[in-house]
Amino acid sequence: MNRPKTWLILFVLLVWAASRFQDAINPYYFDILITIGINIILGVSLNLVNGYTGQFSLGHAGFMAVGAYLSAAITVFLTPRLDGGAMGATGLFVVALVAGGLGAALTGLAVGVPSLRLKGDYLAIVTLGFGEIIRVVFQNTEALGGSRGLSIPTRETGLFGTYLVAALTIYVVVLLVHSTYGRGFLTVRDDEIAAESMGINTTKYKVIAFVVAAFFAGIAGGLYAHFKQFIHPEGFGFLRSVDIVVIVILAAILLTILPEGLRTLGNWEALPTSLRALVQNRMILYSLLLIVLMLTRPQGLFSGGGRFTKWLKGRGA
Amino acid sequence: MKALLEIQDCTVQFGGLKAVAELNLAIRERELVGLIGPNGAGKTTVFNLITGVYQPTAGDIWFDGKSVVGRRPYQITARGIARTFQNIRLFASLSVFDNVRAACNLHLRNGVSHALWRGESFHREEQEVEAMAEELLAIFHLDHLRDAECTSLPYGDQRRLEIVRALATKPKLLLLDEPAAGMNPTEKQELMRLIRFTQEKFELAVLLVEHDMRVVMGICERIAVLDYGVKIAEGTPEEIRNNRRVIEAYLGE
Repeated sequence: MNRPKTWLILFVLLVWAASRFQDAINPYYFDILITIGINIILGVSLNLVNGYTGQFSLGHAGFMAVGAYLSAAITVFLTPRLDGGAMGATGLFVVALVAGGLGAALTGLAVGVPSLRLKGDYLAIVTLGFGEIIRVVFQNTEALGGSRGLSIPTRETGLFGTYLVAALTIYVVVLLVHSTYGRGFLTVRDDEIAAESMGINTTKYKVIAFVVAAFFAGIAGGLYAHFKQFIHPEGFGFLRSVDIVVIVILAAILLTILPEGLRTLGNWEALPTSLRALVQNRMILYSLLLIVLMLTRPQGLFSGGGRFTKWLKGRGA
Repeated sequence: MKALLEIQDCTVQFGGLKAVAELNLAIRERELVGLIGPNGAGKTTVFNLITGVYQPTAGDIWFDGKSVVGRRPYQITARGIARTFQNIRLFASLSVFDNVRAACNLHLRNGVSHALWRGESFHREEQEVEAMAEELLAIFHLDHLRDAECTSLPYGDQRRLEIVRALATKPKLLLLDEPAAGMNPTEKQELMRLIRFTQEKFELAVLLVEHDMRVVMGICERIAVLDYGVKIAEGTPEEIRNNRRVIEAYLGE
């Protein structure tokens, strides 16, 4: 009996059923739901690098950009030429997503092989640099709209697609880590010298983590592009990368619900003025939350020895 | 008998300092060799040299008929050299069992795709690894601590776990860096018995760096003495005990 696969199939069926009622959802909440899904993909994939493998990468938005632009380019340029041909709009969307993911994974490989020799702060700086390079390249590529941004004619991303990918991301990352093979990622984080001495090729593990993470970031970028229907290089800048790192640390859902909730609160007329000002300065609240979290749970909310981890282990996952 | 490990005229130089100078040392199969010397004599440097953490400035190292110079540590471990560390380096976030399991990685036939698909062969191998890790833990009386966090273990248990972890890589040569450090006399007795037992059961060659003379003299068949990176003596425990240069190195003239 293959339990993880059963869970995956069950979840996918559930999402498929839920997505049948997609049109009935208030557009505002729909937007939030999709954003949560995309953030889950970004956060979980980056967690493989920053969390499990312990390599601090600050360039995740760059890979997202590659996926977003590549997939958008495919749908923008091919839709008029295919004219609803053999595969139809959805088929083309799937092809574009996968191509975006693969493109991002290749970029991840190209970025990862030289930069993963570095550790800690240095790696963070180099990945940040690569992220910016990717952004600037798109900014100067006129064929992709340059700094004017790129519009995507159709909105293909839906609940089903987003949460299917989110489930796949979680499936891949969890199963990868919870195996004898995957223990290698954790040993790289814990002690590289000891890991090498136990016969673990630390470079290979780091690159695998990086490439897998980049692949899913690319797909997340594709989903994002075909949801917002407009992408702009500035949307994939340094701050986006930091956002994703914060997601990894604070957990995806919290981060997406919190600002929306706070914004709603902040616009609520009945709220006392002083409190509203506090809510509107939510960035300060984030920083405080981060500091408190770093002091009390530096390993993150769900990491190591927690009830959630034990539950997972009990499942034999 | 043919030498398993052969260090030939190896020098390690850090700037102007020769940490190890023209060292020659051979270890035969199933031999228990001790490496001793005063603090800073270069014993751990020799370990780092053999395991590929440092590269020799000059000289060559042969293991099992092939040179290991220029190989990365994980490649050398794959050839059959495993080690423990002077300052314990367990994988702190992993359980006792997972520390051993991680070291089984080396001989895994399955890779990423198997871990994701979880087919027959994945589960079969995962069970093999589990059985092997549990057997090793049982031999070293750590099986009851299987799911404990490794950092919560007492010092002596952590040292033994490091040995178990090293054995999980199925080595031919085991390097032990001060395994008796911080142990009380009873624990040391137990450790000596354990090292000898391990060496016989797994048919290993063992190179032991140790400060505690009673441990070294008690179990080693042959001892090499380093002082300021130079090998000043080599011989049986009896010969070393009566060697003038060794006594001078330890006690002064």
